[in-house]
Amino acid sequence: MSVEFFVAAIVTIVGLSTPILLAGLGELVVEKSGVLNLGVEGMMLIGAIAGFAASVVTGNPWVAVVAAAVAGALSASLFGFFVLTLNSNQVATGLALTIFGTGLSSLLGLNYTGRIVMQFGSVFPPALSKHPIWQVLFGYSPIVYFAIIMVGLVSWFLGRTRSGLILRAVGENDLSAHSIGYSVIGVRYAAVAFGGAMAGIGGAYFSMVITPMWAERMTAGRGWIALALVVFAGWRPGRLLWGAYFFGILMALELYAKASGFSFLPSQFWAAMPYLMTVVVLAIISSRESGGGNAPACLGKPFLPAN
Amino acid sequence: MAILTRRDFVKAAGAAATLPILGSTAKAADKLKVGFIFLGPIGDYGWTWAHNKGRLAVETALGDKVETLYTENVAEDASAVPAIRDLANAGCKLIFTTSYGYMDQTIQVAGEFPDVKFEHCTGFKRADNVSTYNSKFHEGRAVLGTIAGMMSKSGKLGYLGSYKVPEVVLGVNSFTLAAQKKNPNATVSLVLIDSWYDPPKEAAATETMINLGDDIITTHTDSPGPLQILEQKGLYGFGQGADMSQFAPHAHLTAIEDIWGPYYTERTQAVLDGTWKSTDTWDGFKEGTVHISPYNSAVPADVQKAADEIQQGYKDGKFNIFTGPIYAQDGTLKVKDGEVIADADLAVMDWFVKGVSTAS
Repeated sequence: MSVEFFVAAIVTIVGLSTPILLAGLGELVVEKSGVLNLGVEGMMLIGAIAGFAASVVTGNPWVAVVAAAVAGALSASLFGFFVLTLNSNQVATGLALTIFGTGLSSLLGLNYTGRIVMQFGSVFPPALSKHPIWQVLFGYSPIVYFAIIMVGLVSWFLGRTRSGLILRAVGENDLSAHSIGYSVIGVRYAAVAFGGAMAGIGGAYFSMVITPMWAERMTAGRGWIALALVVFAGWRPGRLLWGAYFFGILMALELYAKASGFSFLPSQFWAAMPYLMTVVVLAIISSRESGGGNAPACLGKPFLPAN
Repeated sequence: MAILTRRDFVKAAGAAATLPILGSTAKAADKLKVGFIFLGPIGDYGWTWAHNKGRLAVETALGDKVETLYTENVAEDASAVPAIRDLANAGCKLIFTTSYGYMDQTIQVAGEFPDVKFEHCTGFKRADNVSTYNSKFHEGRAVLGTIAGMMSKSGKLGYLGSYKVPEVVLGVNSFTLAAQKKNPNATVSLVLIDSWYDPPKEAAATETMINLGDDIITTHTDSPGPLQILEQKGLYGFGQGADMSQFAPHAHLTAIEDIWGPYYTERTQAVLDGTWKSTDTWDGFKEGTVHISPYNSAVPADVQKAADEIQQGYKDGKFNIFTGPIYAQDGTLKVKDGEVIADADLAVMDWFVKGVSTAS
C-alpha cells in the first residue's frame, strides 16, 4: 500500500462527501431556524440541471455554480411560500418539493441528456493538482474548498454573530422571538433560501464535477443521506463536517471491500450504515441529554402567533 | 428508522409522481396498434433508448400498416398494471413490456385481454397470448473480454455490475473467460453496487477499482458515469446498451448495443399475418440483436481482428464462450473439456468462473 493508494482513496472519499456536506450544511441552517425541509433531494436535482444547463450555455463553471445556487434558492422559496406564508404542513410540503424537483429537473433536462461539459476541475496548476501526492490537497474542484470554508462561516455565524443568535432564537422559541420584535417569517425565508442554494450547489457537484453530464435522478438519493447527516451531526456544523467525511468513508469502505473481494458483511449492511449510524447517534443523544438533545425546539412546527 | 421509512415512502411516491406520458396518439382504425411499456425515459441513452429505437424501426419498416404508442417511466410495481391496461384499452393488439419487473403484471393484464398479444422482455412466464424474449448480451461480453484481455497491461480487469442476477453472472463469466483466452493470468474484480442506476456510486466504484489496479473496466450498470471517470484517468472501458462514445471519446473502446428493431418488426408482422404464436426467444449476434459499436482507434488492428473473429464465430454458430473446460471460482471443474453449457442452464447460472474476485 503506497502513499498514492491512500491519496486516491481520499480523493474518492472527498467526492462522496462533498455533496452531502453542502446540502447538509444548508439544511442545518434551515432546521436551526425551526423549519424542516424534506425537499433536499428535489432541490439538489434542480441545482444539478440548472448548473449543467448554465455550463452548456455559458461555458463558464463559475456562472453555472451561481445558477445552481439561485435555482436551488428559488425552489426552496416556493417551499417557503407554502409552509411559511400559507402555513402548510412542512413534512408533506417538503416531500412534495422532492417529487416536484425530480419531475421538473427531468423535464428541464430533456434537451441536455447526452451532452457533456468541461469538468469543473481544480483551479491549481497541474503540477500541484495532478501531482500523485499533492493532489490530496490541491486536486479538487473549488466547490470542495467552498464547502469546508462554509462550515467555518456557518459555525461562526450561528455561534458568534447577533444574526445567528436571532436565527437560533427563532428556531428555539418563535413566539418569544416574535414578541420582542423579530420577523420570524423573514428569518425563516432567508434560512430556507440559503438551504436551497447550498443544496443546489451540492447537486451541481454531481453534474459538473463527479460526472460532467446530466442524467435523470442522478443524485440517486443523496439528499436523504444529507438529511440523516444533519441529525447525525446533532445540528452542529463542526460535527457535520467530520460526519460528512465519516459517511464518505463508510460509502468508500463498501466499495473497497467489494472490489478487493473482502467479505465479512453483506453489502446491504454497508449501504444501510449511514442510516444505522444516525439511529445510533440519535439513541445516544436522547439517552444522554433530556428532551431530544440539540434539536431546535420549534423544528417542523408552523408559526402561529396569537394575533 | 423513521428516516428509512420516509425514504422508502418517498421513493414510491416519486416513482408514482413522474407521470407516465402517453407518447403518441392513435387515430386510424384499420391500422394495427402496437404498444410499448418503457422502464426509463426514452432519452436515457441506454436500456429504454434502445427499446425505443426498436419501436421506431417497426414504424419505419411497416409504415402505414402500424401505429405505435408508448408509455415511459413506468415503475416495476403495481402501477405497471394500469399502464399496460391503458395501452390495451387504447386498442393495441400487440404490447411489448420491456423490463423484467413487469412479468406478473403482464401475465395479469394478458388474462384480462385474451385477444391482445403480449411480449415480455427478459422474463420467463408465458401464456397463450404472452411470449417472452431476451438478448444474449453475454455474447457481446465475450468480445469485450477479448479486447480487454489483449489490451490490459496489468491483466487486472474490473467489472462494475448491478445485482447478482443471471444476466450479470453470464456477463461476468463470459467477459472473464474471453479475457483469459488471450491472457491466462487475467483476473476480474467484480463490484456489484445494488442498483442499475446510481451515477455517483458508479463513479466512486470505478475510482476504487482503478486504485486497486484495474486498468480496463467494463460496466453492467446503465449510466455513462464510469466512462467519464475512465476518460479523466486516461484508461479504457466500454459502453453499455448503447454507443456512449460521446461521453468518453478516448476511453470508450466499443459498446454492446441492444438492437430490438428486427425482432419487434418480425413479431408485428406475425400479428398482421395472423401467424403470431406464444414463443420464447433468446437471440444474439446471429440474429442481430447483439451488436458491437465501431471500435475506437485506440484498439490495435490485431485486437480488432480477434474481436471480429468472436463476432463471426457467434454469427456462424461455431463459437461459444461457455465451452469446457470451465472451472468455478474455487477451482473445481464445472464443465468438462469440450462440453457446452446449454441455454437452459445459462438462463439460471448463479456461479462465477475461476479468476473472478468477488465479495459475496
